[in-house]
Amino acid sequence: MGKNRPDAILKAVSKGRGGVSVSHHKLTADLETVRMPAPERVVLPMLQHIGAPCTPTVKKGDTVSVGQVIGDSDKFLSVPIHASISGTVESVADVKLANGNMAPAVTIVSDGEMRLCEDIAPPEVNNKEDLVKAVRASGLVGLGGAGFPSFVKLTVSPEKPIDTLIVNAAECEPYITVDYRECLENSWNIMNGVYTLAELLELKHVVIAVEDNKPEAIKVLKKIADMDNDHGNAVRLMTLKSRYPQGAEKMMVLSATGREVPAGGLPADVGCIVMNVGSVAFVARYLATGKPLVSRSVTVSGDCIANPMNLRVPIGTSMQDIVDYCGGFVKDPVKILSGGPMMGTAITDLNVPLLKSNNAVLAFSKKAAGFKKESPCIHCGRCHAACPMGLIPTDIEKYALLKDADTLTKLGAMVCMECGSCAYSCPGGKPLVQYMRLAKSVVREAAKK
Amino acid sequence: MDEQKLFTVSASPHTKSPVTVRGIMLDVIIALIPAGFAGTAVFGLRALAVIAVCVVSCVAFEALSVKIMKKPMSIGDLSAVITGLLLAYNLPVTIPLWMCVVGSFVAIVIVKQLFGGIGQNFANPAITARIVLLVSFASAMTNFTAPKALDAVTTATPLAVLDRTADISAQVAEGSLPGLLQMVIGVRGGCIGETCAAALLIGCCWLLIRRVISPIIPLSYLGTVAVLMLAFSRFNLTFTAYELLSGGLLLGAIFMATDYTTSPINKKGKLVFGIGCGLLTVVIRLFCSLPEGVSYSILLMNVACPLIEKVTAPKYFGFVKKKKEKKAKEGAA
Ligand code: SF4
Ligand code: SF4
Repeated sequence: MGKNRPDAILKAVSKGRGGVSVSHHKLTADLETVRMPAPERVVLPMLQHIGAPCTPTVKKGDTVSVGQVIGDSDKFLSVPIHASISGTVESVADVKLANGNMAPAVTIVSDGEMRLCEDIAPPEVNNKEDLVKAVRASGLVGLGGAGFPSFVKLTVSPEKPIDTLIVNAAECEPYITVDYRECLENSWNIMNGVYTLAELLELKHVVIAVEDNKPEAIKVLKKIADMDNDHGNAVRLMTLKSRYPQGAEKMMVLSATGREVPAGGLPADVGCIVMNVGSVAFVARYLATGKPLVSRSVTVSGDCIANPMNLRVPIGTSMQDIVDYCGGFVKDPVKILSGGPMMGTAITDLNVPLLKSNNAVLAFSKKAAGFKKESPCIHCGRCHAACPMGLIPTDIEKYALLKDADTLTKLGAMVCMECGSCAYSCPGGKPLVQYMRLAKSVVREAAKK
Repeated sequence: MDEQKLFTVSASPHTKSPVTVRGIMLDVIIALIPAGFAGTAVFGLRALAVIAVCVVSCVAFEALSVKIMKKPMSIGDLSAVITGLLLAYNLPVTIPLWMCVVGSFVAIVIVKQLFGGIGQNFANPAITARIVLLVSFASAMTNFTAPKALDAVTTATPLAVLDRTADISAQVAEGSLPGLLQMVIGVRGGCIGETCAAALLIGCCWLLIRRVISPIIPLSYLGTVAVLMLAFSRFNLTFTAYELLSGGLLLGAIFMATDYTTSPINKKGKLVFGIGCGLLTVVIRLFCSLPEGVSYSILLMNVACPLIEKVTAPKYFGFVKKKKEKKAKEGAA
């Protein structure tokens, strides 16, 4: 059976390429997740996922309770937004997001009660279709950072049968420890999630992937994998050598199954679903309680934070409130990140709300932020050697500046996942990811014409 | 609005590896030091003078040209030091010092800076300068002194005297060829930095340990030469060893063919590049009237480098499948 498939593993090892080893800085690994009390107000943007924005379903002055739907859309690629605290709607207006974009948002002022919405009840789920519906209603998006609506992943089309679920607990980004804490603190939910999903989606294999530098998590996950039950689902634990970006979807699929996701394709094209371990646990919790996605875990860390912590925070809480709760800054930060140091976004000020997909708030001093003076490319090949996608970033940079869409397509610019490995390793300190983004926009522009 | 201090915004990643251009160049310099010591020990203090003149004039020319071209000062990256060292290592100890300055001018100003500075030159500056000097001042460039340890009469390099048709051990016994041990420690005629195989190999180890170079080019270069020479000599090991140890082969294969800017970036390209260098070296040594083929081979492969990169372009992730799918579709249609 699929439990031991050395052939697949061997293939993955021989094919695996690229990546960089980064220092982990998991300062918060041993700190239990602390539940942050409800802030005075939350700001809930109507676009917290990849896809179509929601339309607010409440108006100024309305009273709302925790878990109540306050925004929804009838577009396919969208998930509803729920009130994360109880209180009164203060305004419905445009706000600035962490990535600099503007989006309409609902601001709620807390009544301090955290009253649960009365409509909340466990959904009835007996088959695949029910599951997809329930997951959409839960408002779940990938909790690992990308923010892709989870129900879409679970929507299996008959042409692309799915046989493998990969539960991603690799957490290869430095500093972030939310998935690790999830494994230690919510193993029950993870287990339920794994077996429920496997059963409902009629999966042949489940692979739980974790990096080998997390022995405690491995212990817990191993127990889950060993409880392989009579449903005939083969659940297996896969420990990966700790290397960035092991946790990237396409890398996971390759390591777990030996299958290479075609360029421009999704894991579903090779029969896989990749879900973050936090998302899996959330699904189990939602099926049991019916409480939608109104709070999430974040790691607050970096050398400027007084008390680095793992926090459970209502969605929409401002970064300022989060930092204040952790004791503020011990020294002046030059950079604040929403997300990890490799793929996160640098934000200009703390006055932005935490979104469903934000897994970390990091504050760095100049020293920790790793500034490097930019110098010309010396053609050393480190960027190419580091690229898990096998691209040659320095060439792509050249053609991106020339706006040569054809050559860029040939060079595979579009498969870049912006993991940052290339820019990390460049001795010339070149902002290669920026050039990769430029390259992609050049190709997209050309395709439009 | 309140005067809030804004935080720095830049593209991800927000952390960088500690490797810098200067650090890499420093490692190369360290790797070149043993060969410099060996050269001085073998050829005397004048070797040191040649090295010093080359390094100083390379750095000076670099500083001067970026000043004139109004570019940011670049001597801090130390690459000019390496060019100077490599140039000196490729010159005979008897070379007039003014020729060293001419060589440095060619290397830095013409080959490097006129093409846009570090990372932009299409050929290795030190090698091109050596070839220019070789063509312009043939006799000065081939005026090899025998090592100090032997008597200081002008003597040809082993490659020049090596009679490929006769028995090697007989030639050694006659005294026309140095012994194999002398070849390894570098007590033989030749350019300053090329004779001591042991020192060059130590440098090579340093570069590999520090991950400055990938072993692909040196291995494929030396491997190709070894295999072809073995075949040519009908498995005469001594003959092959002489070929590997003589001339500038080791210096070239370890330090010059691996130059980042003028060698391919991808693994397959590096392999092709190394094999190409090896092939050309063997062809030149065996079939041309030139005694030494390393510089010419590397220069030719430098020129071919963009082409090699193009033909050996690596397949990016997910590429193979896409192509197969297309073929399958075409087949179905
Ligand atoms: S950011 Fe893109 S080009 Fe750079 S290493 Fe990652 S996938 Fe490769
Ligand atoms: S890592 Fe930087 S210096 Fe090296 S080839 Fe890539 S872009 Fe050029």
